[in-house]
Amino acid sequence: MSEHIIDINGLVKHFGDNAVIDGISLSVSKGEVVVLIGPSGCGKSTLLRCLNGLEPIQGGTVTLHGEPVIHGDKSLYRIRQKIGMVFQSYDLFPHLTVLKNITLSPIKVQKRDKAEVEAKARELLERVGLSDKADSYPSELSGGQKQRVAICRSLIMNPEIMLLDEITAALDPEMVHEVLNVVLDLAKNGTTMMIVTHEMAFAEAVADRIIFMDGGVIVEEGKPSEFFKNPKTERAQRFLKTFTYTK
Amino acid sequence: MDFNFIQKFLPMYAEAARLTLIIGVIGIALSVFIGLMCALVKYYRVPVARQIASAYIELSRNTPLIVQLFFLYFGLPKAGIVWSSEACGIIGLAFLGGSYMAESFLGGLRSVGRIQIESAESLGFRRLQTMRYIVVPQAATVSVPAICANVIFLLKETSVFSAVSLADLMYVAKDLIGMYYNTWEALLMLVAAYLVLILPISIVFTILERRLRRARN
Ligand SMILES: Nc1ncnc2c1ncn2[C@@H]1O[C@H](COP(=O)(O)OP(=O)(O)O)[C@@H](O)[C@H]1O
Ligand SMILES: [Mg+2]
Repeated sequence: MSEHIIDINGLVKHFGDNAVIDGISLSVSKGEVVVLIGPSGCGKSTLLRCLNGLEPIQGGTVTLHGEPVIHGDKSLYRIRQKIGMVFQSYDLFPHLTVLKNITLSPIKVQKRDKAEVEAKARELLERVGLSDKADSYPSELSGGQKQRVAICRSLIMNPEIMLLDEITAALDPEMVHEVLNVVLDLAKNGTTMMIVTHEMAFAEAVADRIIFMDGGVIVEEGKPSEFFKNPKTERAQRFLKTFTYTK
Repeated sequence: MDFNFIQKFLPMYAEAARLTLIIGVIGIALSVFIGLMCALVKYYRVPVARQIASAYIELSRNTPLIVQLFFLYFGLPKAGIVWSSEACGIIGLAFLGGSYMAESFLGGLRSVGRIQIESAESLGFRRLQTMRYIVVPQAATVSVPAICANVIFLLKETSVFSAVSLADLMYVAKDLIGMYYNTWEALLMLVAAYLVLILPISIVFTILERRLRRARN
């Protein structure tokens, strides 16, 4: 068994009386790509947010390399540098150029050398096909370009795991591909990732493991080939059917 | 037009303008400070302080400056607190301006979405770093134009200072009209004095706002 990056143990998360996460245990190993799917509102975003301490939790533990992730704790600043997070909505900093968006955190948070960071940022932009956009402002980019920059902004911190929360959900269809290709490329290069997506073909292509969530628990998990061909649970079967259009 | 009159009393206007400007600047500086404190307390939802700030803002915004000045100048002495006209002007202006400034700062801070802060924190920024590099620059594009508008509004409000016997521009003009009946000259100089005071500031602010708008693109 290879090294675990994240361990989730009996995680419970309530919003008021609403138990959004109701006892989830799950580990992600180094280099593994886990794709989280499930109906809207089943707690996928909440789960990811718990992983980098954006939400207080009511039970269980989350650890990164054995170190507990605790909402509001001082250690979070250090831990979060190792967790890259990209949200569904375009969340680039609108007052900074693309290059500054990417270089601000390594320079200010990790205190890395400016020249080194800028060179690295340009290299990342090249990799996602945006080397000509370094000096543009976010408002000058398309949604797909913004999301690719957001991925670079996380990658430059050299995170141990990337959390991607429906990063193509708000995109026009023709831009979905350019973003997903970047993610596929990351997966090929061994980046550890936990991905929430509604793009089932992409999920099948990128995942080492599929987790199907519903009602705050893991209902089913397995290899993508097995899961998509023969979902075992009735709930997963019903969920997958909603993606095939039938008259 | 009696140019002798204008020439004779020009120094009086200059002196009054200087007083208006000094009291205006101090009062406005204080109001910026009060406004910033109130805005931060409300933004970070500091218990108790936040309720006090809200109550102050309502009181300040919903009463006219002249009433606030009367309270300071005629009311408080009855309770044993005696102020000079100048102090009343400064405190009155700060009291009125503080709430307007608070709303302007708060409007800017609240214009920066939750997701911006969470993104910064997800990248490992500390709270103060998030404030400095992410929130403040974005908030400024909203706050600065509003604060500039407040400064001009407050400078104009100083014209009620004469009601508490402060020898400001309005006071001088009223005085001269009362004594010499040179109404036209006195009023002309009054308008000119306010324009000389406020117009340059207004122009600088317009340029500043244009720059900001371009930066926001
Ligand atoms: N800040 C919040 N306050 C209250 N309820 C919330 C909050 N965030 C999410 N929820 C609720 O938690 C549930 C799961 O939400 P979410 O994790 O966003 O689902 P998903 O990402 O799977 O669509 C939903 O019912 C949602 O209404
Ligand atoms: Mg979601």
